[in-house]
Amino acid sequence: MRPYRPKDNVQKKAYYNDRFYVTPQIPKDDPASDEVYSKDIEKLQSKFSISESYIQRGELVIYIDPDSNVEVLEFLKDELDYSFLMEMSAVDFLAQREGFEIFYELLSLSKRKRIRVKTFIKENQAIESVQHLFRSANFAEREMFDMFGIQVNNHPYLKRILMPDDWEGYPLRKTYPLQGDEFAQWYEVDKIFGKEARDIVGPEIRDSAHIDRYDTERFARLGHEVPRGTDISKDEPDTDNHEFQEEGGVFLIKDLNKPQKVLSEKERRER
Amino acid sequence: MQQTNRLRPFFENLTFDRDDNHMVINFGPQHPSAHGQLRLILELDGEEVVKANPDIGYLHRGMEKMAENMIYNEFLPTTDRMDYIASSSNNYGFALAVEKLLGIEDKVPRRAKVIRTMLLELNRIISHQFWLATHALDVGAMSVFLYAFREREWGLDLIEDYCGARLTHSAIRIGGVPLDLPEGWTDNLAKYLDKVERAVKEDYEALLDENRIWKMRLENVGIIDKEMARSWAVSGIMLRGSGFEWDLRKEMPYELYEELDFDIPISDKMDSYGRYKLYMEEIRQSVRILRQLIPMYHESEPQLMANVPQYISPTKEEQMTQNYSLMQHFVLVTQGMRPPVGEVYVATESPKGELGFYINSQGEPYPYRLKIRAPSFFHTGILQDLLVGCQLADVVTIIGSTNIVFGEVDR
Repeated sequence: MRPYRPKDNVQKKAYYNDRFYVTPQIPKDDPASDEVYSKDIEKLQSKFSISESYIQRGELVIYIDPDSNVEVLEFLKDELDYSFLMEMSAVDFLAQREGFEIFYELLSLSKRKRIRVKTFIKENQAIESVQHLFRSANFAEREMFDMFGIQVNNHPYLKRILMPDDWEGYPLRKTYPLQGDEFAQWYEVDKIFGKEARDIVGPEIRDSAHIDRYDTERFARLGHEVPRGTDISKDEPDTDNHEFQEEGGVFLIKDLNKPQKVLSEKERRER
Repeated sequence: MQQTNRLRPFFENLTFDRDDNHMVINFGPQHPSAHGQLRLILELDGEEVVKANPDIGYLHRGMEKMAENMIYNEFLPTTDRMDYIASSSNNYGFALAVEKLLGIEDKVPRRAKVIRTMLLELNRIISHQFWLATHALDVGAMSVFLYAFREREWGLDLIEDYCGARLTHSAIRIGGVPLDLPEGWTDNLAKYLDKVERAVKEDYEALLDENRIWKMRLENVGIIDKEMARSWAVSGIMLRGSGFEWDLRKEMPYELYEELDFDIPISDKMDSYGRYKLYMEEIRQSVRILRQLIPMYHESEPQLMANVPQYISPTKEEQMTQNYSLMQHFVLVTQGMRPPVGEVYVATESPKGELGFYINSQGEPYPYRLKIRAPSFFHTGILQDLLVGCQLADVVTIIGSTNIVFGEVDR
């Protein structure tokens, strides 16, 4: 029977999991334990609904409602002086929770603190753009759209940024294989040679570790060398093993494969 | 949309035949001054840029996707290929992020910290020299290029002596460094520092500071005001060139920067020339840091890797003498370490700016999500605001002055 492989996450998995291994968690501290964060979280909680907040590894993490992302970030920027949006992107939780977790990584120069604002959206839900507050979101949101297919409302130029414009599929989703899907393997072939040449050219091999033992053009056959380009798909010629040692043998080393000379009776007596 | 079955030039939303006096030109992606694979679509009114649209992705290798399919140690050499001008700083950014995730950043031995800081600063010097060389070449100063590359090559020789590689160092591991410095390396370093210090003063600055062409091309060009810098989240010298006093080495210190004595140069000129002065001053400060590190190295104990058997392989000696250590090493190499469930965002001050790694771990040996915050990515984005209103000839110097590296932009 074929082993079952989940389709919702095709990324590499650990080949062995100990049954008794309990995965530890990074401790989550109370935001009140930090004097800067405790004030910030108080102000935030008085204005917005914050479902969860904690400090992890010295950084405040808050969970907000996806509809209030613009207001929360505006408040953080104008009132609490978290005025740099260093990074924003998403994490794919489609398999577990049917949605994406979006995080905004903000920095305050005056407080020397970072805050991570997180929100959860469903698969086909759009998020409001924050690029009018932080221009850096202009590029970051485009990248998020490119990689996850998350629609961003009111973005001035939402189009693919890293992948080609006519690409299909969203590469950072967990359902997207590392080597690319079927669309990916025909993409360049169609572009360069045209769709009609598919039968002649064949799909692009996108696995960098791919080895074709019958391909004598691009792969060496150590110990079984044939002239380059020989077609060996039908019957593989059994080539002789090459002699790599000198004809006369190597000094002090006895070649055991060489047929030994049989001495005649007379020669033995003379020794 | 593009025709799907032939290679044909493709310009979305662009019409080249227009009734007004505007002209649309395509800059790159194969342009010697684009510092890699940058394509800019510029709309010109006469020689003035009206609209600029950077198009990136020509060097996209999907590193974040690759990271999700690799164990943590496996991914480290891939980070070399991001900012390939100063690869140790990428290695370090990633290693520190994983160490923070594991909670072992305090267990890194002293000597490893010294060597790491040395490598980081050496990389900073090399990167700044490379920037100066290419930037000066863009502006037309060929001799500066030759001088800066000569000294950069000496710096690369030092790194090659240490780790065997010129550009893709992989010289920093999660939990420490793999090798001790070779004998006599610190003496060579001291000699190199003297040469660099002399070169900055007598070669680069003597050639450029008062150079009429250099000043005309750089002064009041590429002005990033405070609001633009904030809004685009620029970092590194771009930020300090706009008058913000912010350097992660000082403000959120990591490694040995707390103990070291150095200054953060800032400039409120906001133009390319101000940033050029900052680069020169930062080289001097790096030289100063490296001089302080040499005695620190000699005072340190010889241990190089953190002793955390759960996550970090034991030393070679232990592996070869103790069965259990060998088993641990085997498991860590074949299965990989399993960090706790949680997430971190760790930023370091790379020569280009704030290099951040966001790691989301679900307790698997593979990161669930790894996001690389590359400074150059946002420094490319700012071009759409920065280039508007400047002359076509200045486009090249502004790109040069942003110091973007496309391995990092596209990842």
